[in-house]
Amino acid sequence: MLTAVAFLGPLAAHAFLRYALLGGLLVAIPCGLVGSYVVIRRISYIAGAISHSVLAGLGLVQYLRVVHGVTWLSPLGGAAAAALVSAMVIGWVSLHLRQREDTVIGAVWAVGMAAGVVLISLTPGYAADLMSYLFGNILMLTPRDLILIAALDVAVLLVVALFHKQLLAVCFDDEFASLRGVRTTRYHFLLLGLTALTVVVLVSVVGIIMVIALLTLPAAMANHLTRRLSHMMAVAALLCAVLTVAGLALSYGPDLPAGAVTILLTGALYFATALIRRR
Amino acid sequence: MRRWRHGSVNTVLAFHDLDFGYDGRSVLRGVNLAIPAGDFVSVVGPNGSGKTTLLKLALGLLKPTAGEVTVFGEKPERARHRIGYVPQHAQLDPLFPVSALDVVLMGRLGLGPSLGPWRRRDQDAARAALAEVGLSEHADRHFAALSGGQKQRALIARSLAGEPELLLLDEPTAGLDALIEEGFFRLLETLNRRLTIVMVSHDLGFVAGFVKSVICVGHKVVVHPTSAITGQVIADLYGADMRLIRHDHRCSEEGHQC
Repeated sequence: MLTAVAFLGPLAAHAFLRYALLGGLLVAIPCGLVGSYVVIRRISYIAGAISHSVLAGLGLVQYLRVVHGVTWLSPLGGAAAAALVSAMVIGWVSLHLRQREDTVIGAVWAVGMAAGVVLISLTPGYAADLMSYLFGNILMLTPRDLILIAALDVAVLLVVALFHKQLLAVCFDDEFASLRGVRTTRYHFLLLGLTALTVVVLVSVVGIIMVIALLTLPAAMANHLTRRLSHMMAVAALLCAVLTVAGLALSYGPDLPAGAVTILLTGALYFATALIRRR
Repeated sequence: MRRWRHGSVNTVLAFHDLDFGYDGRSVLRGVNLAIPAGDFVSVVGPNGSGKTTLLKLALGLLKPTAGEVTVFGEKPERARHRIGYVPQHAQLDPLFPVSALDVVLMGRLGLGPSLGPWRRRDQDAARAALAEVGLSEHADRHFAALSGGQKQRALIARSLAGEPELLLLDEPTAGLDALIEEGFFRLLETLNRRLTIVMVSHDLGFVAGFVKSVICVGHKVVVHPTSAITGQVIADLYGADMRLIRHDHRCSEEGHQC
């Protein structure tokens, strides 16, 4: 608690901390909304594969920028492209070769990582970035990143407001939804696309490896506290905001990695609530 | 004794020379059935005989290898909005964050504007459907917190919310105790006053008192109304605790193999 209060001083002094704080609050919206869909649709492992494949996109952009001088490419754009491509590959394969879905998830997961590692090793002088990709660095958020995250927030809110009925029905019982004329495949891909974009913004906060925990654990906790999806989303977003900000505040004083501290807090809360429920 | 004519105006569901199989294995062969409007049919047969397959063919979820299925004289895909489908509730996620009303509202999909939240008339129709199955006071309860029988009623309300003319139920009483099952069949009996009902059942003994006719699914299914199978024969086969309303048993030509 003392650490958190002590955080207010530096917060007033440093712009990068204010960006980090705002970033943490902004990612909470897609984290809560899309994380809830991921949990109820049981696609956390797809989210995991998407997040790891992001390294390929980040590596490719870095490689092209440094080695070939393509400076207009942004890492975030590369990450988004890689995430969307891997989401669509998994979606397509699970649609056409249903029984092989888990194998494909594993393949996308590892191949994305491997491609990223190779591309980064081919890029002179940028190995240090690997750490911030893998473990996140909320302190490096720029105003431009914040604008992109805010734009994604608006997009996610809009999609959920417009298609909530269909998305809920597809997650609950997609066979029934398709019998009622809902194009379930289209909504499945929409959900995968939303998941991919959400993963990309969360990567900037907690990094590729830990995204899956921030995406799913607040939603899983919210699932036990609520009885309707809209409430679950609101509680998950709130938990995500609180945990991200707490992770930032608690890590700043002792100079610990903010992403890892956020995940430790999230995990601790998740296991504590699970234990309390068991009693 | 009556033989249902294919394509007659009051035929709701018809199978014409239908074959179905997958992975080279034949499941159904030479099925000819015609179910008239207002019927209450129970589909019985051993596990793996193709009872659920028959329902999925009627819904257009599976495609016949040969022959055709018509629902209200059309392809199943085109008639889906007139069918209410009630799947087995056991397959649904028990932690899913929906209220009973949320679930019933899903039956309204495809009836109004697709964008944005539910409209007032959807809400009203869903509440009316819940009232019809006797779950009005449970509308806002967590779907997972309902008992097995209440869940099954909620799923029926979901299909009723879509204003169907034909109700297809897949083993609706699996896992329910006999008393609840009885009340459940009384509900179906009431609904049958305005709907045609086709129900896959695991046990002929329980349904015989309520249904108007029975389809037995073996390897081959054909329309074969017969008076050779009397109430006494059925009673001997399935136990004495049942009442027969009508003796329209449609069984395979080779005899009673279900």
